[in-house]
This record gives sequence, structure tokens and C-alpha cells, in this order.
Amino acid sequence: MEEFVLMKGNEAIAEAAIRAGTDGYFGYPITPQSEVIEYLAAAKPHERTGMVLLQAESEVAAINMLYGGAGAGKKVMTSSSSPGISLMQEGISYIAGSELPCLLVNVVRGGPGLGTIQPSQSDYFQSTKGGGHGDYNLIVLAPASVQEMADFVSLGYDLAFKYRNPVMIQTDGALGQMMEKVKFKPQQPRSKKSPDWATTGKTPDRERIIITSLDLDPSRQERFNEKLQVKYRTIKENEVRYEKIQCDDAEYLFVAYGTSSRICQKSMQMAREEGIKVGLFRPITLWPFPYNEIREMAGQVEGMLSVEMSAGQMVEDVRLAVEATVKVDHYGRMGGIIPSSEEIVEALKQKIIGG
Amino acid sequence: MAENAITTKELIKKENLVYQKTKLLTDDVMHYCPGCGHGTTHRLIAEIIEEMGIQSEIIGVAPVGCSVLMYNYMNIDMQEAAHGRAPAVATGIKRLLPEKYVFTYQGDGDLAAIGTAETIHACNRGENITIIFINNGIYGMTGGQMAPTTLVGMKSSTTPYGREVSQMGNPIKMTDLVANLPGTYFVSRQSVHTPGNVRKTKKAIRKAFEYQALNKGTCFVEVVSNCPSGWKMTPLESNKWLAENMLPFYPLGDMKVPEQ
Repeated sequence: MEEFVLMKGNEAIAEAAIRAGTDGYFGYPITPQSEVIEYLAAAKPHERTGMVLLQAESEVAAINMLYGGAGAGKKVMTSSSSPGISLMQEGISYIAGSELPCLLVNVVRGGPGLGTIQPSQSDYFQSTKGGGHGDYNLIVLAPASVQEMADFVSLGYDLAFKYRNPVMIQTDGALGQMMEKVKFKPQQPRSKKSPDWATTGKTPDRERIIITSLDLDPSRQERFNEKLQVKYRTIKENEVRYEKIQCDDAEYLFVAYGTSSRICQKSMQMAREEGIKVGLFRPITLWPFPYNEIREMAGQVEGMLSVEMSAGQMVEDVRLAVEATVKVDHYGRMGGIIPSSEEIVEALKQKIIGG
Repeated sequence: MAENAITTKELIKKENLVYQKTKLLTDDVMHYCPGCGHGTTHRLIAEIIEEMGIQSEIIGVAPVGCSVLMYNYMNIDMQEAAHGRAPAVATGIKRLLPEKYVFTYQGDGDLAAIGTAETIHACNRGENITIIFINNGIYGMTGGQMAPTTLVGMKSSTTPYGREVSQMGNPIKMTDLVANLPGTYFVSRQSVHTPGNVRKTKKAIRKAFEYQALNKGTCFVEVVSNCPSGWKMTPLESNKWLAENMLPFYPLGDMKVPEQ
């Protein structure tokens, strides 16, 4: 029986990666997520499972190592933080365009540019609306606890291989750095089998395998894009995940994910003590976004406040979901500032209730 | 027709066979321009893989550039890398499939400009991969722009009056650079502009594959090649120009060989 242990979110991701049977981790240090690669280096994953660990010369190299390893049919992952994830966007687009599975972790810090090393949620657009070039989507999971940081590693791999699509765990510097109790799943063996689409060397019993996102024939390229869109529709239909907290009697709604959703729980408690019935809707998949489930809430509540550590990015999806049937506003802090629960209650009163 | 001339019927008899296209090349018609060295080098690689009997054990990585469609011609498993990233892609494959042979095939823009960091660091780590580097001193695919290896004074569509050192610096000798790294095990520069040089190139590339099995470090072969279209010459003129201009700056020969 596994015991609870106390661990940083970044370390939990690293331990979960070994236990999920990861074949290879390729990464480049960047604050606030360097604990992932440091934990792995200290944990000797090669001795535990044979897992490969390599510190790349850049995020650009790391994501392309992922591409190679994913093309070989292996479970591969990387982790980084905002500026590093920006550097990876070309490679992520290639991975999506070649329909390869992999796991990406973005421990978001404030931007733009070099920004700050403090936590932020300002990469929502980048993660959920494309990021790199071309029509593609990542599956984006947003953990709100150290336990979910760990659990979403194996969930991420399952989704990545099920759909042959890159999956991103989008978290932030607060969840990455804070310590919480976490219980790990038992060690999963590394897979010995290769998927039939992987480049493992052409044997006489099969045709050669080519991993590429290039097709110079526009009609074939369009057909391929249509196939991708069918896949994305299937993901939207089947993989929406969310959590509703105290929504049954809610007259107002916070919509928040990750660290913001945790602060909103406290704000919710404070508001309810004042007699304001507010609930919390927490998207767990940022893509696919729970549009339908939020639209359903629009018939029940008088207003929604999207709380994000950004200038207001997810709020656009909340507005799309409710289609102007209910008042929606945004409250957030930027630049690495985490909003207080008091501020959020005040914003609810001013922007939604009194507004 | 001379009386003793061989008839077509006799010619195709098995006992009269003197040369055969390797089965490791597909029947796809290559898109390369007439006289281009890519086709020759592809053939050499395919022949070597067939001769070594390693078709089921090899994974190739294609670049971005003229040889972006290399995977259409090679009857082996291949991955197409983003521009310049082939050594990183190959690193990912080789680290996870260490028992397989992995090679990259890259042009000068891919390997020596946009992919310089990946090239240097893969070689410095001594990744057990083989890198085949085609140097024709120009960007062929995009229409003849300056490459990092374009010679001083050489004209290209972005240096229409010739490459000037004051503006663009000197051509980079990547093969010399990687030969100085402890991570490389075998480094050679060859060319494919004459039949004799083609044979030498084949020997060098074969060594670069054979040595990979020793797990002693990166094997790197530069192939100085031509670009008749980009250089705006006939194939024959381009081979002559290569010998007279490219080879004095990029001298041929093994630059690093394993200690006996």
C-alpha cells in the first residue's frame, strides 16, 4: 500500500513520470520547473525502469528529441516554463502534424518576454488556441493540486496514445513549487511493444514507415487536415473534464482553473458566509473546453466571474459558452501576482452582483 | 550495328548482369535536378544499407531542404525533421532504440546554419549516430540563396554580387569543427563529382555506419556536392567548378579516424 508523501508539485510530476513507465524525458532547465529534471537526475530512473533522461542543449532540441522518440513509438515527455514552451512551439506543431503522442508540461510563469519567474496563467491562449503554426490542438489538462499533478501524467499518456496527439499539463509556478501530500500509483512497467505506426526499422513483413507532416499536394494536405479535425471533434465529444463545487444552489459562479480555482474556493466560502450563493466551476480540460457544461449553468446563475492570473484569456471561452445569455466578467492579476480571496469576493460584488 | 553487338534479349540475361539498382531505393522518380549529387549519395546510402543487411535495423532522419523528400526514395523507416533539428530527432530515436542504426542526412543550410547548435551538441555528446552532410554551398530548394558554406565571392540570389566577408563573414567549416570535438569518432570529407570520388565516398559512409555499432561516438561524413541549378551551370561545368573552387577550400580526406 502506497503511503502519502509530502512533495513539491514539480517533484510529483517527475516521480509520476517514472511510475507511468516513461521511456524518455528530454528537457532544459528553466525556473520555476527545474525541480522536474533535478528530481529525475537524482532518482536514477535508468536504474529503476531503464528510463532515458537527457538534458538537451535547448528547448528547441528537447522538443525535437521528443519528436524522434515519439516517432519511435515511445512514451516521451518534457517540461518547461513559458519562455521555453514558446521556443518549443515549432516542434509541437510538427508533433501534432505528424500525429505523434507525447506529454508536455508547462509550469507557467508571468510574461510577456522574459517576464518573471512568479506564477501566472497567461499562457492559456498559447496552449488552447494553437501556439504553433497550423490548425491543430493540444489536449490541455489543468491540475489544481499536487495530487493531480501526479495523476495527470498517466492520464496524459493515455490520452496522447489514444488519440496520437500531444497532451499538455498546464500548471503554474505556485502548484509547481508548493508542497502537498500526494499518493502515487504503483510502478507501471515500460511498454515492450511498439505501436504499428512507429519507426523501428523496416522488416520484410510490412511497408516502410514514414513520419512526416509534409504533403506538397494541397488536396491531400486538405484531406489530412480534415482527418485531424475529425479527431479533434471526437476528443471534444469524449474528453471534456471539469469539476463543479457548490453549484447546486449557486446564484453566481466563479469559473477558474489551477491555482485560481483553489483561491476561489476560499472566496466562495467567504461570500457564502455573507449570504452570497456562489459556486465554482473548474475546467480540468482547458482544451477541449467545457462549453456545454458552462452554458447549462447560464440558465441557473445571474452572472459568472472568470478568475485567472492573466489579463483575461479563458474569459473569452466562458463568453463563447454562454453566448451573451448571462453577465460574464473577468478578474485577474498579472505579472506573477496571485490574487487574494478577499480581492476576488470584492470583484464578484462589484463586477457581477452590483455591476 | 556491329555483328558482335549484344542484343537486348541477351543483355537482360542474368549472367550478363553487371550492375543492379539496389532494392533499398524505391521506384519513385527522384525530383532532383539533372547532375545533382543528392541522387548519387542517396544511392550510396541505400547500397550500403543493403550490403550491410541492416534494412530492418536502421532509421533515417530527413532534413528540410532539397532532400526533404528523401524518404520517398529510401525503402527504410524514416522521420522528417524540422529544419536543422535532425541531430536532435536522431538523438531521441537513438537514445530510445539504442540497438538500432540511426542516421541523419542534411544539407549545408540545415546542418551548418539553422541547425548549428543541434549539430555541435549531438557531436559533442558523442551521440552514436551517423551524420551525412551534403555541402553544395547554396540553398537549392528555396531558389539558390547564400548558404553558410557559400564561398567568398560566390554568387547566390541573396549575394548577387558575390559573398562579401565584411558583410557575411567567411564560409563555415563545420566538418573541421566537429572533428575537434571529443565526441566524434570518425569524420571524413568526400565528394561525388567523379566516379573515383563516388567510390571513396561510399567507403567513408560505409565506415560511418559500421563504426556506429561500436558505440564510440558520432560518425560524420561531409559530401562536397554540386548544385547545377543554383550555381546556374551545366552538370559538367558544375563538377569542374566544384573541383576548381570548392575543393581548395574544402579539401577532401579523412579528418578523424579511429586510433588503431
